[in-house]
Amino acid sequence: MADKVATRDAYGNALLILGAENPNVVVLDADLSKSTKTADFGKKYPERFFNMGIAEANLIGTAAGLAAAGKIPFASTFAIFAVGRAFEQIRNSVAYPKLNVKIAATHSGITVGEDGGSHQAIEDVAIMRAVPNMVVLVPADGEETRQVILAAAKYIGPVYIRMGRLAVPLLFGEDYHFEIGKANVLKEGTDVAIMANGLMVSMALEAAVELALEGISVSVVNVASVKPLDEETIVRVAKQTKAVVTAEEHNIIGGLGSAIAEVLGEKLPTPMVRVGLKDTFGESGRPQELLEKYGLTKAALIEAVHEVLVKKLG
Amino acid sequence: MTNIALKRIANTLRQDIISMLVTSKSGHPGGSLSAAEILATLFFREMRINPEDPRWADRDRFVLSKGHAAPVLYAALAEKGYFPKEELQGLRQTGRMLQGHPDMKKTPGVDMSTGSLGQGLSAANGMALAGKLDGKDYRVFALLGDGEMAEGQIWEAAMASAHYNLDNVTAVLDFNGLQIDGTTDSVMCSNPLAEKWRAFCWHVIEVDGHDVDALVEAFAEAKQVKGKPTIIIAKTVKGKGVSFMEDQAGWHGNAPSVEQGEQALKELREEALTLG
Repeated sequence: MADKVATRDAYGNALLILGAENPNVVVLDADLSKSTKTADFGKKYPERFFNMGIAEANLIGTAAGLAAAGKIPFASTFAIFAVGRAFEQIRNSVAYPKLNVKIAATHSGITVGEDGGSHQAIEDVAIMRAVPNMVVLVPADGEETRQVILAAAKYIGPVYIRMGRLAVPLLFGEDYHFEIGKANVLKEGTDVAIMANGLMVSMALEAAVELALEGISVSVVNVASVKPLDEETIVRVAKQTKAVVTAEEHNIIGGLGSAIAEVLGEKLPTPMVRVGLKDTFGESGRPQELLEKYGLTKAALIEAVHEVLVKKLG
Repeated sequence: MTNIALKRIANTLRQDIISMLVTSKSGHPGGSLSAAEILATLFFREMRINPEDPRWADRDRFVLSKGHAAPVLYAALAEKGYFPKEELQGLRQTGRMLQGHPDMKKTPGVDMSTGSLGQGLSAANGMALAGKLDGKDYRVFALLGDGEMAEGQIWEAAMASAHYNLDNVTAVLDFNGLQIDGTTDSVMCSNPLAEKWRAFCWHVIEVDGHDVDALVEAFAEAKQVKGKPTIIIAKTVKGKGVSFMEDQAGWHGNAPSVEQGEQALKELREEALTLG
């Protein structure tokens, strides 16, 4: 098994790099800095770290003001509170005026685990994707998170970054290259494509290995940039495989699967199966058990591939 | 600028508000008229700004948290020279720059996009924090509405301004006592306001918001207060200056007809004559 690191840990480390590189980078948190991993930045650069207390609306609004005055604020809390509690502040104080705020949300999806359904954001990508001016990024591992955070800091405008609590396998080395608006084809195949992001990417790679044993050639595409979406790559791969499975730790309504279905529906209608939460909330439990219970596993991906191949050949 | 000149400017802002709302047939006269002296004092006496350079890094900032009062802000910006006065007639019209609520991307001189109530003070705090970080001495002013006091975010922000000792923040509360559904007391009682803000560790000054002399003094006092933010609670009359609009909740968000506009302008011109 590869080494594992949580994307939130990689975020904390990336902030330290940014803190040293750019004096305009400031970090805000809402009493979760130990969990979101912004606390180390706070220790190293206390004058540039603002704990706003348990007040997410004000967290986002203050970040907007800092951005309006030339700072590059990273506003962090759990995804459920950032997108849920402070949605309208994100929409009207950040996205509408296109202010340079980075909403770095951790603890997304059901792998929040034991805290339960109330704390598991499963609709955040759908909500953020629907907001004009918003860039939506979902990194798959620690290295990609590092690159996503650095790219977000360089980009001028609002960015939503979705990260997780759980340690996930390290997939990429420093030779990996993330770019906003680009999907990465990790593996070329001819029969079916799995387009995934976040922690589903490593499962997609594992599924591809197992499916190869059955003689099924699988493309794996990592779509960390949900918005802007790399339509060119998605259409090119779909043209090649003529069957697509999407995979995300998110409701199947409105997230990555929907985004890809929108593109393919208009440009290249293609048989699809979407793997994700089937319009249901999560619950308390160990992350691994929840992934199994809610069908976010390698086995579920393999089943989805079989299903989409039936559609393709049918 | 002398205090009598500020009174004349407040009168001019009121005339501009009426005239642009008659043209647009849409907008919020009541809470715009109540804030005329406050904006006149801020834009023509208190604030360090330069209309030739709206994005000047060292400028004082103004955040209109009660964004529906955009007409009084636009009138002040035009009067100050940020854009030609003719532009006021484009208020709320398709393709023009003066949006129904302030838009910093479209209108020179607007420092923050606002309008969804409760959000302005947080943004002002952010600008003030940035100023402190950068060692700049600019100040940030936020105009709040009294109906807006029901928004939880205002109190989140109030707590944070004091926590971070933001003495470069001055809030002004346009305390006109009315909101869409009636008096602020009847819709959601936020009294006692001064005590609430004091309890949140703010320096509180209470003034007559139509008394320019008192406003000038209040801003001078706010500038001297160190270590904590200041709020000026300005008692005002909604619809001030137009007899049939004064103290009428019904004029919160309804534009005057051409005839009503003429009547209002007649009254305001008469008042202007008394100002010499």
